[in-house]
Amino acid sequence: MTEHEEFREYCRRWLAENRPAAPSFRLPLSPIEVMTEEQRRYLCAWEKKCYEAGLIGCDYPKEYGGGGHAGFQQIAGQEMGRAQVPYLINVIGLSMAAPTILNHGTEEQKRRFIPPLLAADEIWCQGFSEPNAGSDLANAQASAVRDGDNWIINGHKVWTSLAHFASWMIMVTRTSNEHKYNGLTYFIVPIANTKGVTVRPLIKITGETGFNEVLFEDVVVPDAYRVDEIGKGWTVAMTTLLYERGAAEGAGSGGGISLDERIAQLVSLAKRSRRDGKPAWEDAIIRDRVAQLAIRVEGMRQGHRRMRVEPLTDHPMRLPLQAKVTVSELMQDIAAVALEIEGPAASLYVGDPGAPDNGQWPLAYLNSYGFTIAAGSNEIQRNILGERVLGLAKSK
Amino acid sequence: MAQPKDFGFGSEEQMLRDAARKFLKDHAPIEKLRALVAKDHKLAYESAVQPLAWDERVWKQMVELGWTALAVPESAGGAGMKTIAVAALAEEIGRAALPSPLIATLIATAVLREAGTDAAKTCLERVVGGAAASFAGPGAEGSWLPDATSIAVTESGNGAVLKGSVPFVQEARKAAFFVVAARDAKGGVGLYAVASDAPGLKILPDRVVDLTRDQARVEFDDVKVGTSAIVASSTGSVGAKAVAAALPAILTIVAADLCGAAEWQLQTTAEYARVRTQFDRLIGFFQAVKHPIVNVMIDVDRARSLTYAAACAIDTEPESALCLARMAKAAASDAGAFASSRSIQLHGGIGFTWECDVHIYVKRQKHNQFYFGDGPYQRAKIAQLIDRAA
Ligand SMILES: Cc1cc2nc3c(=O)[nH]c(=O)nc-3n(C[C@H](O)[C@H](O)[C@H](O)COP(=O)(O)OP(=O)(O)OC[C@H]3O[C@@H](n4cnc5c(N)ncnc54)[C@H](O)[C@@H]3O)c2cc1C
Repeated sequence: MTEHEEFREYCRRWLAENRPAAPSFRLPLSPIEVMTEEQRRYLCAWEKKCYEAGLIGCDYPKEYGGGGHAGFQQIAGQEMGRAQVPYLINVIGLSMAAPTILNHGTEEQKRRFIPPLLAADEIWCQGFSEPNAGSDLANAQASAVRDGDNWIINGHKVWTSLAHFASWMIMVTRTSNEHKYNGLTYFIVPIANTKGVTVRPLIKITGETGFNEVLFEDVVVPDAYRVDEIGKGWTVAMTTLLYERGAAEGAGSGGGISLDERIAQLVSLAKRSRRDGKPAWEDAIIRDRVAQLAIRVEGMRQGHRRMRVEPLTDHPMRLPLQAKVTVSELMQDIAAVALEIEGPAASLYVGDPGAPDNGQWPLAYLNSYGFTIAAGSNEIQRNILGERVLGLAKSK
Repeated sequence: MAQPKDFGFGSEEQMLRDAARKFLKDHAPIEKLRALVAKDHKLAYESAVQPLAWDERVWKQMVELGWTALAVPESAGGAGMKTIAVAALAEEIGRAALPSPLIATLIATAVLREAGTDAAKTCLERVVGGAAASFAGPGAEGSWLPDATSIAVTESGNGAVLKGSVPFVQEARKAAFFVVAARDAKGGVGLYAVASDAPGLKILPDRVVDLTRDQARVEFDDVKVGTSAIVASSTGSVGAKAVAAALPAILTIVAADLCGAAEWQLQTTAEYARVRTQFDRLIGFFQAVKHPIVNVMIDVDRARSLTYAAACAIDTEPESALCLARMAKAAASDAGAFASSRSIQLHGGIGFTWECDVHIYVKRQKHNQFYFGDGPYQRAKIAQLIDRAA
């Protein structure tokens, strides 16, 4: 058995033996809707346990709290998905902050920040978007002004997932007004109990919170927390976004439940739901819709497989850049078809005792827009695909 | 059995694919295709009989290159290559929109392989030698099921007699022989090899939209078939079983043809959006142009991934092949239709003219979209399959 096979075996065994008991309270569909302290505690405890067992941070160097392996994290991730254990709450730390710090941070930053991040002792959030800088991220206006060994930060970030639990934020600031792109600088900024920082929850269309607006008023940050050079913020942000998109592909599929299983759920839902006096599954159009989704699920799986078969791909970025668009739209359409199948019962939301499947489908439908908007909206993704893969003129 | 991660597409398959692409670029480029099938719109629109437009020399070269032998088992003198190789070749044929009996011959080959009789072997040897073949049976009444046929058969000790008429037979005037599915009085379906010049057989060419194709209704007026030409007996419906076993391959080959042509449509439309200027900008700048082209790409990629997966399943995991092949055919039919629609629209006025090449592909795609069942047809069957799996 190779080292990797052995590790896979180990993960399987460990996950089977250590699966946490289901909580007495409801967990939201994804980590970025975690709202309550008891949810946070439950999820952080689980994540820490996974870290201590060697299932998180496996490929990070030992000196930064990692396992020092190569190619282990993918295996651990696959096995956690298969075992359908709870999702990881520190998703922004793990999939965005840690790789960015590893790529661009100083030695001290790596030693200080990565170990507690991997252990879920410190939660991270991402402060990129602002009221006037969303898709056009380079328009960020939150300012950082030099003051000796410190920087003074003022500004307004929005849609900041997990800021209400976060110890730290990775943040894009403006340090010069002369250049749009080269006037940006990247910082690690303390959030919890920090003078001048206000975190205010924003309510999502689902009725949940989970993201926030974060206001900065003369917040003092030491220069030692600057990531990479002054004016290099755009380059560092691109590194973060590269990893974010990878994570978004996974997140879009919605915490553990495989897409195949979702198709099986639709078939089962259609058999239980009535339409025109008969089971909805006997309706040709409902069957057609479900079959269409089954084809898209299988097509996506086979696309992931083909991505790694170089002679069948034509262009190296062609399939990878499609992944975020296809998975997020697939999830949205699966939920939309579930509502069609339910018919009038689609009016029943979570908490209604008569709601089919505990009202998860209306919730999943509403929630699905988070993934078609966040991590580079699908319109922006289509621009990128058209421009980078097909060479069409840039829209800017 | 587990499927190989790389779809079984190894160096041998890649060599074949690349050689095919180069051969077709050299010997069947778009200028030649245009001159061959679209030189005279009057012929296409007004003549009573569809002109037979193909380059027989290219076909002979293809036979010499071994393309007809590709899918024939080694026991019958063929190369016995995997379905993934056959699919890759069919994709190149689609990309070139080649008027040729190769696709029809590959489909007939798939049926003959599954029959596995001496008569089938004799037919396969003829295919290796360059005889074009075509499968005649389903298509009437909108059914493409393995036992669908509108021909009647009576088997006896000294052979069989075929009677009836079958629509939508592909490449009928190019085929040297037909593999005919026919039903006996008890409902069993057999398969029979019939030479295209057999007494009592009549080919009535259709007037078809697709300029790259030849299609006909074939009539059988008490056509006699010797025992040595009974490819599969109607007793016990052995013929229908062979067709059922070949169905995934048939669907995959047609899907691959659609994918190749759709990729041409994608690249050609993107190229036009890269060079055409309006309002002082390249039209690819406008998102009403850019985003539909990207959507075509996403759909084409889904169809291609599924087509390779279906081919690989036929080679390594036959029990999952039918569902994947139906998914591939559904996705490819829809991708072909969508790529067709956008290829005309995004070329503007020029795209609406006979002079622009896009209509040649659009017409071929429309033909393949419906051949052996379109998207909704396949999905009705897929719903049954996933219900059983659920
Ligand atoms: C659930 C969720 C969680 C999020 N979490 C975070 C977070 O933790 N940290 C963070 O920094 N941000 C976060 N975001 C913000 C997210 O990155 C932005 O919402 C996104 O980049 C879009 O920006 P915007 O909201 O300003 O919309 P806009 O950019 O104003 O877009 C509005 C509409 O216009 C379209 N559009 C804009 N520009 C173009 C163009 N050039 N071509 C075509 N269409 C265009 C968009 O696609 C969209 O449909 C989150 C968002 C969501 C929904």
